[in-house]
Amino acid sequence: MPSRRESFSEGVRAVAPVLVGIVPFGLVAGAAAVEVGLSGLQAVGLSVVVFAGAAQLAAIDLLGGDAPLAVVVVTALVINLRMLMYSASIAPHFRDAATRWRAGLAYLLTDQAYALSVTRFGADRPVRKRWYYLGAALPLWAVWQVCTVAGVVVGARVPDSLPLSFAVPLTFLALLMPAVTDRAAGVAATVGGVGAVVGAGLPLNLGLIAGALGGVVAGLLVESGWQR
Amino acid sequence: MTPLGVWAVIAVVGAGTFLIRFSFIYLFEYLSEVPEGAERALRFVPAAVLAALVAPAVVVVDGTPAVGIGNERLLAASVAALVAWRTENVLATIVVGMAALLGLGTVM
Repeated sequence: MPSRRESFSEGVRAVAPVLVGIVPFGLVAGAAAVEVGLSGLQAVGLSVVVFAGAAQLAAIDLLGGDAPLAVVVVTALVINLRMLMYSASIAPHFRDAATRWRAGLAYLLTDQAYALSVTRFGADRPVRKRWYYLGAALPLWAVWQVCTVAGVVVGARVPDSLPLSFAVPLTFLALLMPAVTDRAAGVAATVGGVGAVVGAGLPLNLGLIAGALGGVVAGLLVESGWQR
Repeated sequence: MTPLGVWAVIAVVGAGTFLIRFSFIYLFEYLSEVPEGAERALRFVPAAVLAALVAPAVVVVDGTPAVGIGNERLLAASVAALVAWRTENVLATIVVGMAALLGLGTVM
């Protein structure tokens, strides 16, 4: 079993390239928040308290459009519902940690930290899971906060000619490929993607949830077909 | 949008998001194990959710799905997908994808 330090730095090394992808995302989250009229403190408060990029951007967008506060809350939480599945998926790996520890680990749970950790935990080589996860999750948190602040300070203007927001789907794309490990997972991804596109017009970002659920069901169907 | 309203949104979304994240990580203490069916289903979560995050971002233009060579984002993402598949390298995927989008922007 590697030491805590070794596992932590393995997590840091794994997340390093991912950080490049969240830099523009964080800058946009900071700049967009002040652009729609949030104060700098509110923009940073949103980042620290919520710490979930897609939900933050959706909330900022809706706040700027003077949507009812209840709709802002529901939309952001619906976008974050996918983390329910991450929580269930990663829970067995943290079962031996104290409650306070697990609360801290939960606060740091993101798409990227989840994807990296679960992939690593599934490998044959031993690792101290909590420390690997922290190594992956803490730099994400720190870079996200620094970039939000930078976005607030630099303020509104990211030139339109530089399509920085495109780095976000590219990051998810790079995480998606290793997740497609076999045919069933490939079907899950295809159905998830197509479902989300078809449902893109649905309110409350329900297209994302519907696509993801459809993908999981499709994956299960393919898998059970195989076993017979 | 009053300042108080914004802070209320931040507080409620923050609390709700934490509870979502903590849910099973907390409850697992009281369950001996995740039910087998749930575990099988959860295996497909990363692929399905990541694809559901990516696809609309590259396929939907101005609210309508656009599948064709007129969609620069889709073309750039296809090139990036190839790089992601061959290298599984996040940085390479982002760099190539951004470069492709910028390049296509100049050409088209």
